[in-house]
Amino acid sequence: MNWSVVIPLILFLLLIFVIGFWASKHIRTTNASFLSEYFLGGRQLGGLILAMTMIATYGSASSFIGGPGVAYTEGLGWVLLAMSQVVTGYFVLMVLGKKFAIMSRRYKAVTLIDFLKGRYQSKWVVLVSAFSIIIFLFSAMAAQWVGGARLIESLTGLSYISALFIFALSVLVYVILGGFRAVALTDTVQGIVMLFGTLILLIATIAAGGGIDNIMADLQAENPNLITPYGAEGTLSASYVSSFWILVGVGVVGLPHVTVRAMSYKNSKAMHRALIIGTVVVGFIMLNMHLIGVFARPILPGIEVGDKVMPLIALEVLPAWLAGVVLAAPMAAIMSTVDSLLLVVSSAVVKDVYLNYIEPKATHEKVKKLSFSITAILGILVFLMALDPPELLIWLNLFAFGGLEAAFIWPVVLGLYWKKGNKYGALASMLIGILSYIIFHLYLPNLFDMHTVVMPVLLSLIGYVVVSIASSSRVTVPE
Amino acid sequence: MSEDKHWFRIAHREAWIGVGLAVFNFIWWFGFAYGLGGASPSSYDYIFGLPAWFFFSCVLGFIIMVVLVLLVVKFWFIEVPFEEEGGDES
Repeated sequence: MNWSVVIPLILFLLLIFVIGFWASKHIRTTNASFLSEYFLGGRQLGGLILAMTMIATYGSASSFIGGPGVAYTEGLGWVLLAMSQVVTGYFVLMVLGKKFAIMSRRYKAVTLIDFLKGRYQSKWVVLVSAFSIIIFLFSAMAAQWVGGARLIESLTGLSYISALFIFALSVLVYVILGGFRAVALTDTVQGIVMLFGTLILLIATIAAGGGIDNIMADLQAENPNLITPYGAEGTLSASYVSSFWILVGVGVVGLPHVTVRAMSYKNSKAMHRALIIGTVVVGFIMLNMHLIGVFARPILPGIEVGDKVMPLIALEVLPAWLAGVVLAAPMAAIMSTVDSLLLVVSSAVVKDVYLNYIEPKATHEKVKKLSFSITAILGILVFLMALDPPELLIWLNLFAFGGLEAAFIWPVVLGLYWKKGNKYGALASMLIGILSYIIFHLYLPNLFDMHTVVMPVLLSLIGYVVVSIASSSRVTVPE
Repeated sequence: MSEDKHWFRIAHREAWIGVGLAVFNFIWWFGFAYGLGGASPSSYDYIFGLPAWFFFSCVLGFIIMVVLVLLVVKFWFIEVPFEEEGGDES
């Protein structure tokens, strides 16, 4: 085992634990509302933490481990694609924005589903959305755990199962103990680690490759397509790459674990700061880390498994101890996505299903116990699923997120800004979004040379508008 | 609730600004990437070692978005109280 790499990683994990314990004090001492504190950090986030927790949440294993790996294979075209994520830095917070902050306080919403419940007043909207969150995010979580375990495996030489065990244990301990506040705080630490980790690694990689000019010349000599926007085989068409603006760009507005962050901030000032910090940091991280993947190619040719590009290049170009510090970054990315997913799924079970429909009058103590134990049980379930890992991490992950985007984007956005939207429209939109996503994914993937997500998002928009208008006589519009 | 309406009007305007920025972002990104990058790689210009299409689309485009967000937030975004009572934070 390479101790000089492992020790920084262990220190990093310890730091995360300390934050978890510290945040758990807040939960023990607060008596106002356990649910709001545990699942939303008491709506007290400031600008920096808000920005970092949003970035850390969607800058997941798919982009951190998978992303540079694909960039290694495809060249600059994949960096171009990844830069469509800059838009998330400002778009999510601006579009949901102040209206979402005001309305979610008015509905006393702690989860995305609370918001939908307050807006549409419909049991079916709540149940369908809780169900889809549980199914889709659960599979996304499994994909992320696989990524985390693989990373530990490749760094320490431990077996996959022991690596998975270490990863699961560290995530569970601090999520269960500290809730949303712990997650947001560790996200901030992890975001900062990602920011500096990718920067150091990029600089070291450029140096190792003999400067950018040299690297570009090497790439062009190997395959000129690597420095075009069209990918190594010329298969990345303009329409395909552009369609990622929906999947990983503007469509992120519909992801439950992202929207919940847009109700967690303290005030307008926090939001304004988060807009600026978020845009800077997300663009910087995406650009750096995908460029690392491309630049690694002339230095370490012939890597077969994309997921191994990041760890291998770090070990190649950096001294071992620094590689350990830098490799805490992808670890951080995975953990911070996993923890927020875990919390969202657990809140869907506890708050949206159990408290709404099974036992509305559960006591304070019972809710507390239930929240902790459901979170733990979910974690163990994911662990069991991740034991037999599916191969293509990145696509499994994108499948789940695309489905959720198609389901939620219109009920959330038009629910906020279009008075005529009603529960029938929302229900139609969610069902059409999810079902058509699955159908397109299975039978007509990448129709019109665009990512599968595009058509379901369009269809669910049509469904929302048409059904809302058609059923308008059956619903009284609330003022 | 005329004050409500006032805050909501601000919120709506800011949401549209977000949409506008995203549209501009997309056009800039797309235009430089496929406008300049469509040529044969052997005829590419280079800026700071990177192909010009990539530099303009991904590096400069990113910097410009940061500047725009900064300006928009500084000059157009208005602080709005979130609680019913009006900004009484504990």
